[in-house]
Amino acid sequence: MGVYNWNWSILFKEPYLGWIISGFGNTILIALLAWAIAFPLGSVIGILRTVENRVLRLAATTYVEIFRNIPLLVQMFLWYFVVPELLPADWGRWVKRDLPYPQFITVVLCLGLYTAARVAEQVRSGIEAIPRGQRNAGLAMGLTPTQVYRHVLIPVAYRTIIPPLTSDFLGVFKNSSLALTIGVLELTAQSRQIEEYTFAAFEAFAVATVLYCLVTGLVIAIMRVVETRTRIVGAITVGG
Amino acid sequence: MIEIKNVSKWYGTFRVLDDCSMAIAKGEVVVICGPSGSGKSTLIKCVNGLEPFTKGEITVDGISVGARSTNLPKLRSRIGMVFQNFELFPHMTAADNIVLAQQKVLGRGAEEARAKAQELLARMGLSEQAAKFPAQLSGGQQQRVAIARALAMDPIAMLFDEPTSALDPEMITEVLDVMVKLAEEGMTMAVVTHEMGFARRVAHRVVFMDQGAIVEDATKADFFGKPRSERAQLFLSKILTH
Repeated sequence: MGVYNWNWSILFKEPYLGWIISGFGNTILIALLAWAIAFPLGSVIGILRTVENRVLRLAATTYVEIFRNIPLLVQMFLWYFVVPELLPADWGRWVKRDLPYPQFITVVLCLGLYTAARVAEQVRSGIEAIPRGQRNAGLAMGLTPTQVYRHVLIPVAYRTIIPPLTSDFLGVFKNSSLALTIGVLELTAQSRQIEEYTFAAFEAFAVATVLYCLVTGLVIAIMRVVETRTRIVGAITVGG
Repeated sequence: MIEIKNVSKWYGTFRVLDDCSMAIAKGEVVVICGPSGSGKSTLIKCVNGLEPFTKGEITVDGISVGARSTNLPKLRSRIGMVFQNFELFPHMTAADNIVLAQQKVLGRGAEEARAKAQELLARMGLSEQAAKFPAQLSGGQQQRVAIARALAMDPIAMLFDEPTSALDPEMITEVLDVMVKLAEEGMTMAVVTHEMGFARRVAHRVVFMDQGAIVEDATKADFFGKPRSERAQLFLSKILTH
C-alpha cells in the first residue's frame, strides 16, 4: 500500500470549487422544495387519517402505505422511467421533450411525495396521542370538528412531534443524494465527479460529509429553538 | 329542560344503556350515581351528543339531540360540560381556555370575552391564576377553570361527569363548594358523582344506575331515607361506610 497524497488545495481550484458549490446548491434546493411539498401534503394526509369520515381515512391510509413501503430508490426510477410511459401520449411526450429540468423536477416530486407519507405518520401519531377527552371538551363547548382540529388538536400535536419531524426534515437532505442515480448533479454526484477527475477521493467525500453535517447541524439547531419557543409550559420534557 | 326517553345504546351486542328515561326540569339538580360501568357517564354524554345512542330520544330545551337536522355545535354551546380529567387545553393559559369558545362559537369580541373570563375567574377565586398554564395549576384549580370555561358560554344547563373523581381529597371541597354555589343560584345541573354529601346538600333528585339501566329515580329524601331497591341499598352501604 502506497502513501496517499493528500491534496486539499484541489478543492479550491476551478472547476472543482464550482462543482462543489453548484452541487451543494442543488442539494439544498432539492431538499427545501421537497420539504415544501412534504410538509403541507403530509400534514393534510396525517390529519385525514384521524377524521371520522371512513372514505377520507382510507384514501389517506392507502397513500401512506404505498409511499412508505416502496424503497425510495425504486420510487425514483418509477417516476423517472415508468410514469412518463403510463401517461396519455401527449403528456408523456411533453414530459420527455418539453419539461424543463426533468431530472430535477422528478427528484423533488419523488422525494416530496415519499417524505409526505412519513410526515403524515408523525402528524397522525401526534394527534392520536392526545386523549379523547380533549376532543370531547372542544366539541362540548360548541366548537365544530374543524375548529377542534384548528385550535386544540393541531397546535398540541405539532408541538409533540417536533423531534421526529426534525428527523424527517434531515431525511430530505440526506435522501436527496439518491438524485445522482437519475443524473442530477447534486453534492454527492459532484463529489464523485471530482473523485473521478482527480483521484482525490478522501478530499472530495470529506468535503461532502462536512457540508451535509453543516446543514443537518444547522437544521437541528433551528428546530431546537423552535421546540423551546413552542414548548407547552409545565409539560413533561425529556432531556430538555 | 332535559328529557331522556327510552334511550338504549349497544356496543355491538353489549348493551351499555338499557331503556333509560328521566327528565330534568329547569333549575333542578339531579345527581346520577351507581357502580362503575353502570353507564352513568355514557348517559350524560348522550345528552350533548358526545356519545351517539341507538334507540330513544333526548331533547334539550325542546331540541332533539339525535335528530340529523339538529345543529349539534350550536346545541352543545348552550350546555356546559365538566369532565373528570378537567380537559383544559394545555397550550393555552387559564384565561385563553375560557376565551376560546366565546370568540369562536359565540362570536364575542376579544375584550368582552376577556372581561367575562376575568369575572368568572374572580368568582372561582382564581384571579391570580389567569395567566398560568394548566400544568402550573393544581387539580382543584384546573377543575374550577374548567367550570368557569363552561359557564362563560352562559349555558342553560350544566353536565358534570365525575368532576371530583380525579382530585386529591383536599381539593374535592374547593370544587364542590363552587358547584354548591352554582346549584343554589338555580343552575340546572346533572351531576355524575359519588359525593353523597354533595347530593344530600343540593340535589333535588338522585338517580341510581346499574348495568345500563336506571334502577331508581327518587327525591333526595326518599333516596337517602325510605326503603329502596336492593342494589341501591347495597351500593350506598358500600360507599357510605367510609
